[in-house]
Amino acid sequence: MSTPEALLRVEDLYVEYPTEDGVVHAVDGITYQVHKGRTLGIVGESGSGKTVSSLTTLGLTRRQGATIRGKILFEGRDLLTLPESELRAIRGNEIAMIFQDPLSALHPLYTVGNQLVGAIRAHNDVPKAKARERAVELLGLVGIPEPKRRVDAYPHEFSGGMRQRAMIAMALSNEPKLLIADEPTTALDVTVQAQILALMERLQRELGMAIVIITHDLGVVAEMADDISVMYAGRIIETAPAQALFSNPEHPYTWGLLGSIPRVDDDREKELVPIPGTPPSLIQPPSGCHFHPRCHYAQPDHARIDPSLEPIPGEPDHFAACLLESEVRRRLWSELSAGSSPEDALSEVGLPEAAT
Amino acid sequence: MIAGPENAFGAEPPAAPAAPVDGAASSSGDVLVEVRDLVKHFPITRGILFQRKVGAVQAVDGVNLEVRRGETLGIVGETGCGKSTTARLIMRLLDATSGEVRFDGRDITRVKGSDLKEVRREMQMIFQDPYSSLNPRKTIGSIIAEPFVIHGMLQGGDARKKAVQELMETVGLNPEHYNRYPHEFSGGQRQRIGVARALALKPRLLIADEPVSALDVSIQAQVLNLLRDLQRDFGLTVVFIAHDLSVVRHMCDRVAVMYLGKVVEIGPGDPLYNAPRHPYTGALLAAVPVADPTRHGKERRLLTGDVPSPANPPRACRFHTRCPKAQERCSVEEPLLEDKGTGTRAACHFPLTEQEIADIGVRSAA
Repeated sequence: MSTPEALLRVEDLYVEYPTEDGVVHAVDGITYQVHKGRTLGIVGESGSGKTVSSLTTLGLTRRQGATIRGKILFEGRDLLTLPESELRAIRGNEIAMIFQDPLSALHPLYTVGNQLVGAIRAHNDVPKAKARERAVELLGLVGIPEPKRRVDAYPHEFSGGMRQRAMIAMALSNEPKLLIADEPTTALDVTVQAQILALMERLQRELGMAIVIITHDLGVVAEMADDISVMYAGRIIETAPAQALFSNPEHPYTWGLLGSIPRVDDDREKELVPIPGTPPSLIQPPSGCHFHPRCHYAQPDHARIDPSLEPIPGEPDHFAACLLESEVRRRLWSELSAGSSPEDALSEVGLPEAAT
Repeated sequence: MIAGPENAFGAEPPAAPAAPVDGAASSSGDVLVEVRDLVKHFPITRGILFQRKVGAVQAVDGVNLEVRRGETLGIVGETGCGKSTTARLIMRLLDATSGEVRFDGRDITRVKGSDLKEVRREMQMIFQDPYSSLNPRKTIGSIIAEPFVIHGMLQGGDARKKAVQELMETVGLNPEHYNRYPHEFSGGQRQRIGVARALALKPRLLIADEPVSALDVSIQAQVLNLLRDLQRDFGLTVVFIAHDLSVVRHMCDRVAVMYLGKVVEIGPGDPLYNAPRHPYTGALLAAVPVADPTRHGKERRLLTGDVPSPANPPRACRFHTRCPKAQERCSVEEPLLEDKGTGTRAACHFPLTEQEIADIGVRSAA
C-alpha cells in the first residue's frame, strides 16, 4: 500500500475546532494516499470528517481557527507548513476541488466565462482574450452545448447539471494533478449524475489526474473508485480496494452501511438492516472503539480498548480498525451476506450479544 | 380504515365517507384514489400592477393513475417532473386546473369548507425536510396532538396525552420525551415525529414526499423499515414519492414513472424494474449507480442534455428530444399509456425490445 511515489499522502492528520461546548475532533488521526491516475473514494455519513479532511488539504480550514496536526504531503512537500502565498499557487492549479452545491460555489454576479478567465489568469500569465478562448474550449470539453454563447451566461441561467459542469470546467482549467470532488453529484438527478460521473472518468483517462471523491453514496464509489476508505467519527475505520470492500467488508460499520441501502437489483422482500442509534458526538466521542455503542457485535472490553487500523491477514491492501478477531469477522460476514440477521449471525458464531 | 392494535388513541372512528352513490361506472371496490386527466398549470405573469399571463408552467399535464387499497404506489421521476405537484393535488393542497381526483369513489377535486376538512382528515402527508416541517416553538407532544385539536377530537382529561404517547411508542420514540422540543431530536427522530403526526387521525391514505432523502444512510434504513412495518400492521394505503429508484423499488408494490408532467410508465415493481418498456424508464434504471464494483465499467448508455422546460415542453411525446429511439412519429403523435403485454402500461410508440432491456442489465447481477 505504501509505495513511495504517492501523489498525495496524508499522514496522521488531526483537525480540531475549539467551540463553546468543547473541542470538536472533526478529523481524528487519519492516514491515506492517492496515486497518479487513480481514484480514492472516501465514504461516510454527515459529521464523519470526510469534508473537513479534504478542505484541510487545500488549506481551507486554516482561517476557521482549527488546530491542525499531522502531515499532508503533495509530491513530497508538506502543505501544512507552506505559507498561504505558496499554497495559493497550488490551490486551483495543481490541486482543484469541486463542491457539492454548484450554485453557491459560483459567483452569481459574474458570468461563467468571467469566472473561468479569472481562474485561468490566477495561475497563468496569459492575455484575457487567450484565457477566454480557453474558457470556451473548457466549456466544450465538459459537454456544455454552444459554449461560445454560454460563456457569457450567468450561473442562474444554467441548469443544475450545467452548473456542475461549469464547476468541473473551472477545476480543470489548469489541468490539476489532483481533483478533490466533494459530493459532486448529490444535488443532481440520476441521469445527470450518470453524465457527470462519466465525464469525470473520461477526463481522468485523458488528463491522467488523480481523484479523491467524497460521498455518502456507496453506489457512486462502487462505480468510480479504485480504493475506498470508510470514515466514522473522524477516523478511517476500513480501507480496501473497491472490489474487496464490497465483497469482503471487515468492519461492522461497513456491514451496517451495506445492509442499510436498498439496491435496484435486490429482492423486494429483503429486509434492510439499519444501524441502530445515531452518529456520536465529536466533542465527547464514545470511549474505546467509537462505534461500539451502535455495534451489534461489541464485546465488553471494546468500550475500553481503542482499535487501530490493522492489516487484514492475506489481503495486502485491506485494513480495518476492529477489535474482533479477523476469523470471527469473516464468519460473521459470511452469515450476514447469506441473509442472517445480526442476532442470528452472533449466535451462529458463538459470540455473546452486545451488552448495549 | 386502520384498526390499530390497541384501539385507544381514537375515541371515534373517522366518519364513514360518502358512499359512491353517484353510480358512475368508476372505481371498482379496491381503488382508493383515482386520478383522471389531472392538470395543473402555474401561470407565468408579467407586469406589476396589471399582470398579464404570458405562459404557463405545465407542472402536471394529464396524469392518470389509481391507488389501490392497501398498496404502496411509488412515484419516481427527476426534478420538475411533477411528482410532488401531483401529490399536493391529491391532498388538495393545490387546486387542479382541470381533471379530477376521486377519493373512495367521491370527487374531491372541488370540495370546500367543512367537506374539505373531512376529506383532509382521511389523508395525511409526511414531508421531506424534518427540520422545517416541525414548529420549533412547540413541544413534540403538542405537535403530534395538533390534528386532534384541529378536528376537536379527544377533548378533556388525559385522553390526548395518552393518545400522543401511544403514537410516539408506535413510531419508536420514547413517550417520556413528550415535553421536549424538535431541536432536541436528530433528523431521523424528527422524521418519526412527522410520521406520528400523520398517523394521529388514522388516515386511510398516507402520502410520503421524499421522506428519507434528507437523512443519512444508516438512519434512512430505520425510517424505511418503520414505514414498511406501519404499512403492513395498519394496512395503510401509501403514495411514496422519491427520486431514488432503489428506495422506491424496496418500498412499493406498484410504481409510476413521470417525465415532464406526464406518467410515461406505470406498473407493478417487478415488471417495471426487470423489463421496463419506456425508454425513459430504461434510461433512469441504467443511470442508477449500483453498489457493486464487479459491474463497474459496463457500457452505460447515457441520456444527453437536460430536461426541457415545463413552460415550453416538446410536442407530442415529451421525451422525443432526448430519446435514443425517437422517430418522426414521436414528434407528431402523442403516445397513450397502454398495456405493452409485459405487465406495465407505457406511453411509447417504440417501446424497448427484449434485447434493449437486456442491455440495460438491471437484473444482470443475480
